[in-house]
Amino acid sequence: MSAQDATPIGEARTTAIPGASAAASEGLTSYRVLHITWRVLLYAVLTLVGATMLLPLLWMISTSLKEPGEVLLLPPKWISIPPQWGNYPRLFDVLPFDLFLINSIKIAVFATVGALLSCSMAAFAFARMRFPGKNVIFAIILATIMIPFHVTLIPLFKLYRDIGWLSTHLPLTVPFFFGTAFGIFLMRQFYLTIPQEMVEAARIDGCSFIQIYYRIFLPLSKPGLATLGIFTFLGSWNNLMGPLIFLTKVETMTITLGLTLLTNQSGGRWELIQAGAVISILPIIVMFFIGQEHFIQGIARTGIKG
Amino acid sequence: MSAATTPARGGLRGFLGSNRGREAIEAYILILPTILGLIVFTASPVLASLYYSFTRWNLLSTPKWQAFDNYIELLTEDPLFWITIKNTGYYVLGTVPTGTVLALLLAIALNQKIRFVAVFRTIYFLPVVSSVVAISVLWLWLYQSDFGLVNELLRLLGFRGIRWLSSVTWAMPAIIIMSIWHGLGYNIVIFIAGLQGIPQDYYEAATVDGANAWHKFLNITIPLLSPVTFFVLTLSVINSFQVFAQAYVMTRGGPVNATKTIVYYLFQQGFENFHMGYASALAYVLFVIIVSLTLFQFWFQRRWVHYEL
Repeated sequence: MSAQDATPIGEARTTAIPGASAAASEGLTSYRVLHITWRVLLYAVLTLVGATMLLPLLWMISTSLKEPGEVLLLPPKWISIPPQWGNYPRLFDVLPFDLFLINSIKIAVFATVGALLSCSMAAFAFARMRFPGKNVIFAIILATIMIPFHVTLIPLFKLYRDIGWLSTHLPLTVPFFFGTAFGIFLMRQFYLTIPQEMVEAARIDGCSFIQIYYRIFLPLSKPGLATLGIFTFLGSWNNLMGPLIFLTKVETMTITLGLTLLTNQSGGRWELIQAGAVISILPIIVMFFIGQEHFIQGIARTGIKG
Repeated sequence: MSAATTPARGGLRGFLGSNRGREAIEAYILILPTILGLIVFTASPVLASLYYSFTRWNLLSTPKWQAFDNYIELLTEDPLFWITIKNTGYYVLGTVPTGTVLALLLAIALNQKIRFVAVFRTIYFLPVVSSVVAISVLWLWLYQSDFGLVNELLRLLGFRGIRWLSSVTWAMPAIIIMSIWHGLGYNIVIFIAGLQGIPQDYYEAATVDGANAWHKFLNITIPLLSPVTFFVLTLSVINSFQVFAQAYVMTRGGPVNATKTIVYYLFQQGFENFHMGYASALAYVLFVIIVSLTLFQFWFQRRWVHYEL
């Protein structure tokens, strides 16, 4: 198939519309009908899926603002008047949700800082430096992506117990300062797009590689760092297994773990449970709306790799 | 860099004094944390858990060597193990193919020249950023038999309500539907990026040749998107084999073990019953399954993944 021919028919440029090529010969009316039907169908499907995505989340908010009696009304009521904002403060009486939030933020911030530092450093060495053992070490790191977290769980639990780290936040933060396979891979991919000439020019100016890393590559790789940061923060915030195993004292728990506790303890108080769910995802949703492009480009970037 | 920078005298000291040597030292400084992490947080635990899988150990006593007993018990005497394998397989087969196809179709729809693309994309993406726990808590309520929204909708459409999470038949499908809903936006975004990477020339040339939309989809989109599809599939399979939070929050593996997955069973054996040796053996079985499936996918991709037309 050659791509050299320029399209002679201007109409046909609107690709992927059934019948578009036939339209030129059969006249515009049947083409228009097909076109409009197709568009209507497209919007209908997209809207239906959108509603399926959005309505449950709205229902979560709606339930969180109801009185206990209203929750079990049939047919269900979408808007409670007046909204029971009091459900939210009540949550903090049932369980220390303020501590949960602080813990989650603290753990996610430290994990993110750790991953950004350690991964960007290692990735620079793997992307732009020559040293004995480079390829072997990188291959080993890549292979560790396949290892399920659960394989390391029991020995790590023993290790953390022996050194007194259980019920502290250290098991959920310290390992991130020692590199993650995914992060190193992501940053390396990003560094490979920065021209090699910049390294050579800086070398001629007498810069060491470590200087090149933090003076040139770190500032130039902000989008890559944003992606890695978002992934690490999100992963840490949403993690269940780690906190469930390593955090046994209530006051050390994260919001995600705290939410499971609330669900178990509040005996069918759906308005409180859903309020807890709203609180647990609200910070992330706000972050998502602020940094939406970074989120979406980040995900797209992890998908198309060389 | 020329040969002039190589040391005149050989040996380690000569190498370390050369430019290449200094470069290597700097590189090792940069990767030092990663190497330490690899040893302490990955390699040692992976080896330790292999050792534990051959022992009987309750975390308090010292591990007692018992060779292959755990594996033999697991594979031949423990019906629960096979139930969890079957349940996990059900979950993987339920979520991965449907989730991938739906995401692909929606990505194609969103990739048309339509209005409000950003709005749709944002809405589709909202569940993705929410934690599985929060989503499970929400759907626990949606699936509630008497007052849940899902059954209310079914009744509205003239069906009878289903006892979703308390039914042996419906509990796993309920979790599957929810998980597809949760992960759809992620795969859609990856597929859109893939679609936008396909050169427009191919479609224009095909149009000139008189190909209709279906032919273009089949002969251009599908093959040129196959590397992305491969990525989505591989990642989805690895992730969905490790399904845990849904079962932990919604069903505790029930009713009657209907939603007990491998990782949930591992968690129970290890951290509820403190059968650490047995749980380690379970972890290794999961490890072997994931590695073999991943390697199989990499081998099999040569038959269906095209990097160009």
